[in-house]
Amino acid sequence: MARFLIKRLLSAVLVLFAVSVLSFLMFFALPRDPVTGMCPKNCNAERLERVRKELGLSDPLYVQYVGYMKGIFVGRDLGSAQGGRCDAPCLGYSYVNSEPVTRTLSRVLPVTLSVVIPAAVLWLGLGIGLGMISALRRGTVFDRLAIGFSLTGASLQLYFVGAMLLLVFTYTLHLVPVPHYTSIFHNPLDWAGGLVLAWLALAFLFSAIYARLSRAQMLETLSEDFVRTARAKGLSKPRVYGQHALRAAITPIVTIAGLDVGGALGGTVITETTFGIQGLGRTAVYAVREGDLPTIMATVLISAVFIVAANIAVDLLYAAIDPRVRLR
Amino acid sequence: MSLSPVEGIALSELTPIEDEPRPVDKAFVGRSPGQLAWARLRRDRTAIVSGVVLAAFFVVALAAPLIERLYGVGPQQQFQDALDSYGMPLGYAGGVSGPHWFGLEPGLGRDIFIRMVYGMRTSLFIALAAAVITTLIGVVAGVVAGYLGGWVDSVIAWVTDFALAMPFLIVALAIVPTVTLRFYGPREPEPQWFRVVVLILVFAVFGWTSAARLVRGQIFSLREREFVEAARASGVGLGHMLFRQLLPNIWAPILVSFSLAVPAYVTGEAALSFLGIGIVEPTPDFGAMIFRSISYLQTDPSYVFFPGVTIFVLVLAFNLFGDSLRDALDPKSSR
Repeated sequence: MARFLIKRLLSAVLVLFAVSVLSFLMFFALPRDPVTGMCPKNCNAERLERVRKELGLSDPLYVQYVGYMKGIFVGRDLGSAQGGRCDAPCLGYSYVNSEPVTRTLSRVLPVTLSVVIPAAVLWLGLGIGLGMISALRRGTVFDRLAIGFSLTGASLQLYFVGAMLLLVFTYTLHLVPVPHYTSIFHNPLDWAGGLVLAWLALAFLFSAIYARLSRAQMLETLSEDFVRTARAKGLSKPRVYGQHALRAAITPIVTIAGLDVGGALGGTVITETTFGIQGLGRTAVYAVREGDLPTIMATVLISAVFIVAANIAVDLLYAAIDPRVRLR
Repeated sequence: MSLSPVEGIALSELTPIEDEPRPVDKAFVGRSPGQLAWARLRRDRTAIVSGVVLAAFFVVALAAPLIERLYGVGPQQQFQDALDSYGMPLGYAGGVSGPHWFGLEPGLGRDIFIRMVYGMRTSLFIALAAAVITTLIGVVAGVVAGYLGGWVDSVIAWVTDFALAMPFLIVALAIVPTVTLRFYGPREPEPQWFRVVVLILVFAVFGWTSAARLVRGQIFSLREREFVEAARASGVGLGHMLFRQLLPNIWAPILVSFSLAVPAYVTGEAALSFLGIGIVEPTPDFGAMIFRSISYLQTDPSYVFFPGVTIFVLVLAFNLFGDSLRDALDPKSSR
């Protein structure tokens, strides 16, 4: 187990390293000269040259990369124009937002977390619950309805569902305010009211996929011999289905859930654009449009960290659920 | 994994075909697996309905210029006199009328129906091309990784991990304008086909990994079978082993994954256009239409409705057909 974990962590570090190098190289090829984005008004050649020097843009690429990575782990000095000393984890200074990138991130990251985490709880609960029940009541009206629900959800688009939800609940019935973000610590009710449509839209589309998958998995497990043996031993139905079968059926769902949640935490670009919520995804889109290099780098890295971390979490969960993995 | 409502029927009808030859009064007919699958598909009502819907979409996309001639309105034609002074279409439901079946676009006053017909063409072409390319790359990578194992497998698995860790939308947002500017300066007009090619390439770079993983898993389970050992013992070359021995055994899951990849690329392309980096005006496109329509959500909801519902029907038909295809090709998997 320890060996497996170490191998996994090493490969994760390698992936993150490759992502950082590639995004560093790629975003330097962005169409806009990063410097012009960094001094928007009264730019003269002299000032441009100064900024270029401060940013170290005249250094060779690998020196810049090493400097950037050093900033993340131990912090570095960015020069007076960029707010001076930048403590670890230093992700650089954004001229477009006129603040260190870490400050931007600390503002938008809670927004994305507030969108994704409640939505994920909703979609996992709803999806797995629906799938399990419809597998147990196979062929009934409930099963048919659940199948219809999951087929509809799996074929709908978030921007369309979002638009329809907005149209019905906000603009026509005036039940829900226009989507916005308030801190949960500031006003929990307003926090929920401002994000509830985003949760519903995400939960509807994702739970459809999970309902479909968990139904198929549960049906497969129910036909296994160990389920029949457990029933034959005289165990109660809830115990057999809820503990024995569920545990065996849930492993592939954990894999997909890890990928989905990890991916969503890295920025729900479409959701945030549809509902006009300023989270990580929209910040990244804006940064790409403005050629805001430090912010782009930071958002790509953070998304990658989320996905890689989710993958490791999935592996650990696997070991917890499935004893065969532990033996290996 | 089937969601087809007629699965029970399909399976019960199947059983006699799968049985060992038994005393029957009719002559025994030998059938290839392909013929069997075709027979099962034809008996599946869901497959027939979704197949007909898909065929209709393809016909519409292919015959777009013909439809334009019959319909009498072009995709770039503007009908400013049918808009009010705020640029909103006159009449009910966004200007739905005899000459304009789905109404007019607010602002420019172009006909929504004919733009959707041409938009279907763009979307389906990009999705099909992307699905073909990613399936080809994925199959080759998966077969090689699954059969050879060892370091080749490790490298391909690692590249897959890497491609998964890159946030697709953000990277696409950065790549598409960059590539466009490298080939055409900021002032040069970008030809319509160029953006299409760039989008297909972006999908190809990111999309091959899922097919590769699928094929790799299948090959893993085939690798130790007797027929592979027999082929190895008779000293066949690597190419013969991979593409003549192994590949013919897994074409069914590949076909299913292909049929489910096409709608994924239709929606992926629409998502990119929705973010403003997909197809550029004036080329008609679904995602771009939905993106434009969102800002008219309050004033002209039917403009959001028509493209949104059409893309839903298209994707639903693809998903249903893919499921039926899976049932038909692999009756054991359907429950």
